[in-house]
Order: sequence, then structure tokens, then C-alpha cells
Amino acid sequence: MEQANTEHSHGLEMDPQVEYSSSKLGMWLFLGTEIMLFGGLFAAYAIFRAKYPEMFLEQHQELNREMGAINTCILIFSSLTMAIAVTAIQKGKRMMSAILILVTLICGLGFGVVKYFEYGAKFAHHIYPDTSIFFSLYFMMTGLHMLHVFIGLIVLGVLMVLTWKGTFNEKYSTPVELGGLYWHLVDLIWIYLFPLLYLIG
Amino acid sequence: MANHAVATNVYVPFLEKKGILSWLYTTDHKRIGILYLISVSFFFLIAGIIALLMRIELLTPVSDFVSPHTYNVLFTLHGSLMVFFFIIPGLAASFGNFLIPLMIGARDVAFPKLNLGSYWIYLLGTVIVLIALFQPADTGWTFYTPYSATTDTDVILITLGVFVLGFSSILTGLNFIVTIHKMRAPGMTWHRLPLFIWASYATAVLQLLATPVVGITLLLLIAERSLGVGFFDPAKGGDPVLFQNFFWFYSHPAVYIMIIPAMGVISEIIPVFSRKPIFGYKAIAYSSLGIAFISFFVWAHHMFTAGISEVAATIFSFLTFLVAIPTAIKVFNWTATLYKGSIELHSAMLYALGFIFLFTIGGLTGVFLGALAADIHLHDTYFVVAHMHYVMIGGTVMGFFGALHFWYPKWFGKMFNEAVAKLAWFLVFVGFNVTFFPQFFLGVQGMPRRYATYPEEFESLMSLSTYGSWILGLGVLIMTVNLINGLFNGEKAPQNPYGSLSLEWQIPSPPPHENFEEIPHVTDWPYGYGKKKEVDA
Repeated sequence: MEQANTEHSHGLEMDPQVEYSSSKLGMWLFLGTEIMLFGGLFAAYAIFRAKYPEMFLEQHQELNREMGAINTCILIFSSLTMAIAVTAIQKGKRMMSAILILVTLICGLGFGVVKYFEYGAKFAHHIYPDTSIFFSLYFMMTGLHMLHVFIGLIVLGVLMVLTWKGTFNEKYSTPVELGGLYWHLVDLIWIYLFPLLYLIG
Repeated sequence: MANHAVATNVYVPFLEKKGILSWLYTTDHKRIGILYLISVSFFFLIAGIIALLMRIELLTPVSDFVSPHTYNVLFTLHGSLMVFFFIIPGLAASFGNFLIPLMIGARDVAFPKLNLGSYWIYLLGTVIVLIALFQPADTGWTFYTPYSATTDTDVILITLGVFVLGFSSILTGLNFIVTIHKMRAPGMTWHRLPLFIWASYATAVLQLLATPVVGITLLLLIAERSLGVGFFDPAKGGDPVLFQNFFWFYSHPAVYIMIIPAMGVISEIIPVFSRKPIFGYKAIAYSSLGIAFISFFVWAHHMFTAGISEVAATIFSFLTFLVAIPTAIKVFNWTATLYKGSIELHSAMLYALGFIFLFTIGGLTGVFLGALAADIHLHDTYFVVAHMHYVMIGGTVMGFFGALHFWYPKWFGKMFNEAVAKLAWFLVFVGFNVTFFPQFFLGVQGMPRRYATYPEEFESLMSLSTYGSWILGLGVLIMTVNLINGLFNGEKAPQNPYGSLSLEWQIPSPPPHENFEEIPHVTDWPYGYGKKKEVDA
């Protein structure tokens, strides 16, 4: 603990080691707050599912399992490509990393497209957030998650361009790593959403 | 940003650079602290004036000054501005920003740009809320459903503003935690940290973990109003009490976000003006974390009358009593520090002593309210109002004023008029007690909160309370004028006017841009008063 020193003579440049571990700690704390944010919705889900089990059982059949399953696969695959992208840049393989981030980005877009058709189908059946408690939860949870995917796409886009341009290398790749952590969280939340909403009963 | 060009021993105070842009784009933690200080003080004064208006209406039993609807709007604004715009960011963001890097021997916080970003987000939130003032909500600061989901007034805008503020709070907390972990000067071990740092750390943990929950709650409330989502609407199968559960899961820890930094301030002021080492350093340090931990398990004590199960209510009642333990540990340690000290009644010390006195009353009446049987009778009466203000004004605001007077010379490099400051303290202290002590009696006699009119038998106590609010208002006015006057006409402050041992007093007042010429090597804790000083002088 006592090693947390910032011994640098002048100026605000931080010691790279301290900067790296600070950024990592900051990101993990941020992910903690994200969990708490979704935690509220998960708590609401638990309460209402306990209160209205039949409603959940009946209405979840309106959801398209195949599309949900496809999206789950897409996101898990994108997490894999992102993880390899981080390893690649840490080894200094700039092009490989940029391409892998691009693949991750395309997966994220694919997720959005599938979700677009899912939402469209719901609206076509006149199912809206105010239809029932179950669909309120469905739209709020997947909607908030979709917002995170969207932010993730912007982050990935920026990271891809910067990686392509050679901003990062084996010595400095913190933003790629942090972006990866964020993307894994987005993936992780979906992995919980999918069974909770699509696979009831 | 780096000052490589500047010769090592040229001292440029951080206040030197002029121009509004040099402030709005600053990443200097001391300047960001000032920006917060100005903003929170602005909201404190606005919300304080609103409170005075409410007291004027309550001077007589009938509604003669404002209409009942206007009264509802006033208490909503008073509550939400005070809570979300003044008290929560108040000490934590303004003094936290100013003091944390100085006290731990760092040049800035861990993420200076993020820090500026947090302030911009705070500004955005204030703009949204100022727009919301044109069609103000009348729900009370708690935004309880189902009323908040159905009232015609504009709830969406003000909750959106509070939601945005939440981000600012989260990012500030995140920044501080990382700063305290990673930026400490060599030799600044955890047990050499000033107690204000421990308090800020506990506060930051609460900001991080609790704020997202109120974020999602307010988002759901907005969805309830705009999309017709029905989580809190019984007609759609929802549950209005769920809103209360969510809301207090944040807002009870939030009251500790408000009070813990003030406790940190008191822990700094008392040893300096008692010339004694702080008593029970570790007990005070860890009790901050203890309070933060327990605060997550007491929220339902706000809901004893809301139809929660008896078992749950009993459990929450006992959990609530637990909070009193770490809190009392602090009070006992402060008084033990005072014991046989050579006490100097500086204005900052007066505020600190006022804190101990008033906060003890506020804390103990909190135990009454936490007791299930008593709460059924006292819930939503003036007793709650009095308790809350004893904790929030008697606690946090006293701590805030104390911090203002204590660190004023360091922050601005000027001295204020001490005699006027003492007079202002006296008026604030007396005015506060005259305003709020009668409200305990009103509450016990059954006067409910949030009414513009009341039965005639309450008139004498009610008008006494209003007279007190005028004394309190006068005291705050004198204090404000005194502090602002000091900025322009005050004498130049020395580096260390109180002979304090902590790091921020070992550098010039006001501090230079990057705080320390050389990062200090810390060899001792900052409370070694009363023995021969070898290290710092």
C-alpha cells in the first residue's frame, strides 16, 4: 500500500505506471456504478416476477427467442474479438488490433440491427412500454442496454481510428484496455438479460 | 500545463490568472473547487431565501402571504435545491476538490480533465433546473409517486436536472477514490492521512454506489410520465412503495454523503484549536467507513408508515440504531480531544463546537425516529423537520461554515474580520435554535409537515420559529458580507495562521498552481500537537 507514490519532480505528467493503474481502478469503479444502475432494474424485475409469475410466463412468449439467441452469440463473439484486440495491441500488433476492433464494432452494429427488427415487430403488434409491467421491464432493460451498446459503438469507433493511426503501442494501450472492459460489461449485462426476459419457464 | 519553463522558486498563486475562460477551462483542482463553492453558495442563498418566504407564510395560521399551491412549490424548491444542489455537492465537491490533493501531497486529482467534466455536468444540471423554475414542481423534494406521476406541474425537467447532477456526483467520487489510492505523497500511509481524507473517501464510496440507484429511479419516474411505464402505478399493477424503496436506497446513504465530509472538517478543526493530538484517530477514521457501510441497510426507516411488513420494520428499526454507534464514537472522540486542551475560540472552532452540540441533538432525535413505536406517532410531523434540520444545518451547514472560516486564509490568501465572524456565528447559532427547537414541540403535538395553514393553538410556537428564521437569516447575511469583504479588503494571510501541521498549511497562501514545489516526504501524522515540533514549523 505504501508504494502508491507519485514521485515526479515537476509538472502534472504522471508516472506511466501510476497513470495506468489509476485508469484501471477508475474504470472498475465506473463499472461498479453501472452494475448499481442496472441493479435497480434487476431488483424491479425480481419483485414483479415474484408478484406476477403468470404474466411473465405468458407474455415472454411474445419475444423472439431466435433473435435473442442470435444476439447473444453475436455479443459473446464480439467480446472474444475485443479481448484478442487488447492482447494484440499489448503485443504491438497495431493492424491486427484495429481490424479486430472493427470486427467488434460490426458485431455491435449487427446486434443493433437485430434489436431494431425486434422492436419493430413489437410495435407492429401494438406492444409498447405501457402495455404491461412485463413489457415495461422489457423495454426499459433492453432499452437502457441498447443505449450502452450505442455508446460502446462510439467508443469502439474512436478506438479503432486511433489504433489504426498508431496512437497505441505495446507500451501504451490503456484506452483500448478500458474500452474493452466497458464492452465486456455491456456483453455481460446482456447475458443476464437474455435468460431473464426470453427464457422464462 | 507543465511549468518546466518557470524557474523553480518563482511563486505564482493559483488565483493569479484572470478571465472567465481561464476559469471555465481550468483543470486546477483548487479553481474547480472555487467554481463549486460559488455554485453551491448561490443555491444555498436562493434556497435559504425560499425558506424565509415559507416561514413568513407560517407566521399566521391562515394562508395570507402565498397560496397553498405556491407554498407547495416553495417547499419543493427549497428541499430539492438545498439537497441536490447545495448539501450533496457542497462540502464534498468544493472542499473535497480544494483539499484532497493538498492534504495528501499531490499536484492535482488523478483525472483533472474528468474533474472539469464533472463540473460542466453539474452546470448542465443547474441550467436544466433553472429552466424548470418557470414551471416548478409541487411534489416535495422526494418526488413520491403516485403524486409525482400524476401532478400537472413539470416533474420531468427537475428530475432530469437531478439525474444529470448524479453523473457529476458519481464522477467526482470516482476521481477522489482513485486520487486517494494512487496519488499520496511518499510516506503518506493510510494511517497518516488527515481525517478529512478518510471522510472524503467514505463519502466517495457512497456517491459511487448509491447515486446510480437514484439515477435509475428518476429515469423510471420520467418513463412513468412520458412512456406510460407502470412500475409505480397501482392501476397498472405497479407499486408506489417501490419508488420509496428505490428512492431511499439512495437518499438515506445520501444523507451521509452530506454529513460525513462535515465530520471530517470537524476532525480537522478541533485538534488545531485544542492544541492536542486528535483522540482516537483510528476510531474516527474507521467509523466514517462504518457509517457508510451501515447506511445502505437502513433506508426503510423512512417508510414505517407506508405499509411495509412489521418484521421488516422491526429489523430496519434495529439496523437504524446501529448507525448511532459509529456516529457517537466520533462525538466522544472529539470531546475527548477537547478535554484538557488549550482551547482557542476562533470562529472556525465556534462552528465546530456548534456542530458537536447541534449534531448531537439532531442525532439523538434521529434515534427517536428510528424507534418504530415513536416513529408511528412522529412520522411526517414537524419533529421530523426539526430533526432533519438539526442534522443538516446543525451538522452539515455548521461544518460548511466552519470549513469556510478555517481554510479561507489558505484558499484566498486573505483574512476576514474575526470579530464580525464571531458575531455572525452567534446569530446563526441562536437563530437556528430559535427556529428549529420549537418545531420539536410542534411535532410532538401533532403538527404535520408541508402545510401552509395550521390550527390556531400552534401560532405562538410557529411565529417564534419564524422570528428565529430572521435571526438566522441575518447571521448568514452578516457572515456572507464579512467573507466577501475580506476578499477585497482583508489583510494578507500568512502561510500558516493557526500553526497547523497538515500539509496544506506548509505551502504559501494561496497555494501556487501545482501546489508543491517539491513533493513532500511525509514522516508523521498531522496531529502531533502539544509536543515540540521537529518536523514542520
